[in-house]
Amino acid sequence: MNLHEYQAKQLLAQDGVEVPGGQPCTTANDARTIAEKLFNDGHEMVVIKVQIHSGGRGKGIFKNGFKGGVHLCKSAEDVYEKASSMLGNTIVTKQTGEIGRQVNTLLVSSAEKIVSEFYLAVLLDRESSQPLIMASSEGGVDIEEVAETNPEAIIKLKIDPLLGLQPFQARNLAKALGLSGKMIQSAAKIFAGIYKTWWKCDASMVEINPLCIVENPDGTTKMSAVDAKISIDGNALYRQKKIAEMRDLNEEAELEVEASKFDLNYIKLDGNVACLVNGAGLAMATMDAIKHFGGDPANFLDVGGGATKEQVTAAFQIILKDPNVNAILVNIFGGIMNCNTIAEGVVAAATETKLSLPLVVRLEGNNVEAGRNTLSKSGISLITADSLADAAKKVVSQAAA
Amino acid sequence: MAILVNPDTKVLVQGITGSFGGRHTQLSLEYGSQIVAGVTPGKSGQVFEEKVPIFDSVKEAAKESGASASAIFVPPPFAADAILEAVDAGLELVVAITEGIPVRDMIEVKAALQGSPTRLIGPNCPGVVTPGAGDNSHGGCRIGISPGYIHKSGDIGVVSRSGTLTYEAVWQLTCNGLGQSTCVGIGGDPVPGSTHLDIIKLFNDDPETRGIIMIGEIGGSAEEEAAAWIKDNCKKPIAGFIAGTTAPPGRRMGHAGAIISGGKGTAEAKIAAMEDAGISVAETPSQMAEALIKIL
Repeated sequence: MNLHEYQAKQLLAQDGVEVPGGQPCTTANDARTIAEKLFNDGHEMVVIKVQIHSGGRGKGIFKNGFKGGVHLCKSAEDVYEKASSMLGNTIVTKQTGEIGRQVNTLLVSSAEKIVSEFYLAVLLDRESSQPLIMASSEGGVDIEEVAETNPEAIIKLKIDPLLGLQPFQARNLAKALGLSGKMIQSAAKIFAGIYKTWWKCDASMVEINPLCIVENPDGTTKMSAVDAKISIDGNALYRQKKIAEMRDLNEEAELEVEASKFDLNYIKLDGNVACLVNGAGLAMATMDAIKHFGGDPANFLDVGGGATKEQVTAAFQIILKDPNVNAILVNIFGGIMNCNTIAEGVVAAATETKLSLPLVVRLEGNNVEAGRNTLSKSGISLITADSLADAAKKVVSQAAA
Repeated sequence: MAILVNPDTKVLVQGITGSFGGRHTQLSLEYGSQIVAGVTPGKSGQVFEEKVPIFDSVKEAAKESGASASAIFVPPPFAADAILEAVDAGLELVVAITEGIPVRDMIEVKAALQGSPTRLIGPNCPGVVTPGAGDNSHGGCRIGISPGYIHKSGDIGVVSRSGTLTYEAVWQLTCNGLGQSTCVGIGGDPVPGSTHLDIIKLFNDDPETRGIIMIGEIGGSAEEEAAAWIKDNCKKPIAGFIAGTTAPPGRRMGHAGAIISGGKGTAEAKIAAMEDAGISVAETPSQMAEALIKIL
């Protein structure tokens, strides 16, 4: 589950990580009020940022023609005007696709005087099964590009999960990033806070880009998380109740939210061949097979190991809501699952949804004869297949017809 | 001879009184596996299906029944504790079926397992099957949730991150008359107890395994690590398949571990590493057995 920048900063601040002062808001009036307070506190500039789950916000363009999802403002009035143009409108960034994302929340905060920028992230190192801190003095840029063009600029620090990040490790990391003097201790404290947030919140990733040294109004300097991105391990939400409440359904595709209500694992893609499969690996392999035979998968859909008739019906309804779909492939390897249950589900769903699209079904496994019988006796028009490859070939030719 | 388990392996089940654990314990008993004890704290003295005595703790269950392996069906919030209890009891093999264990719990479990003689398979896996010699492979050792009847006793090892793709491979082998020594589902989580490489090494050393099918998917670099070792060390023919060529980056494809992030963990990179190691990679999942037969 992904969090908004303002939510991520709230969590980080709880663990002692310095973030720019400010607040989220949902109206232009509130944006002005927050900005007024920041100006009164002596800040010369205020920044407003759209709160959507997408990178490239600054270069985004609103569908109403307004440019940019991040703005620097010198007056509260300016904040009010910009906020009015953004709130309630849809922004398109390089990551949202053409459909864009409606902006419901803005973060209004002090615009820091940035002295230098760094990158810091905490994530799981899958090779060692240990937490990993990745840091670079090349902050504020695309880290994947740095990894490719200048991998030596990225420092990697593995953490013993049973001990946690030790102060000496944090100090050494600060040194390695080129920090000196008093900044070593204060940066080490920030690193410890970021690691603590990652661990405590069951985060999959905490990414601070940029992590900055900023100049205070009085000329002193400090380290501050100027931007922040956090994603949370979905398996841990049962024990992260406060964080679970931060879920923003506006940020998730409508059909995917609908599918999750039925415990279906659905991901919408751009193609026209829908598929309904049991098991995540087999579902991926089915998409691959469709592509292999020249088609384009419309979705990933795993109905799980113990799908019921109701789930299969719901799955069909979700598939059919995608207007691009013009053929459907059902691929079931019934291990423990009874093939006849699936067959009954397919028949019920096809009848209930008055299915008119070509349907290719491949059933294999437990009680397969009864399942095939149910399908052939049902009178619904469908094409049967002997293997996954056969099924993929047939559905692709149907979709192209 | 197989790896990890054989038809005589005595197995206990943690979470035997849950509906999922109970159902699959019943199926394992019907398959002829030696399920000798169950564990549910507070239910000591009860008997599962008039056959399997239940104990409060793994230590007691292992001591009384002589079990050397455990199957874990405990719900996610309690699963890490169940694994650590089985490790503490000194079991040789722990197979965690549970799906949905928080990654942080598994990071701790994996760290605690360092230096322990216990081998962990899973979590979020279909389990381990060593087929038996009877009809429909009856009499084998089935730990987990795989369908027993699709197997056939033989000399091909199967290792996979995905349940249903394992069944595909096993069924194709069986239909082609090729039996299996042992089939191991290592699970779809980002922190697995055992990796492809761990299992491939066991197959490589097993005199009764002649060939291997290795099934992977997007996410992480476990397949690349296995391929690098195979290239220099593995004496046996290996066929493979990788799922997720069409998966979009940054999305979790059902399995918690199936995600391409930061350009890492793509199917293309895995397939290239496997082909470089001399592994016969199937073009579609329907050709996994065929890909192996070509090189046997």
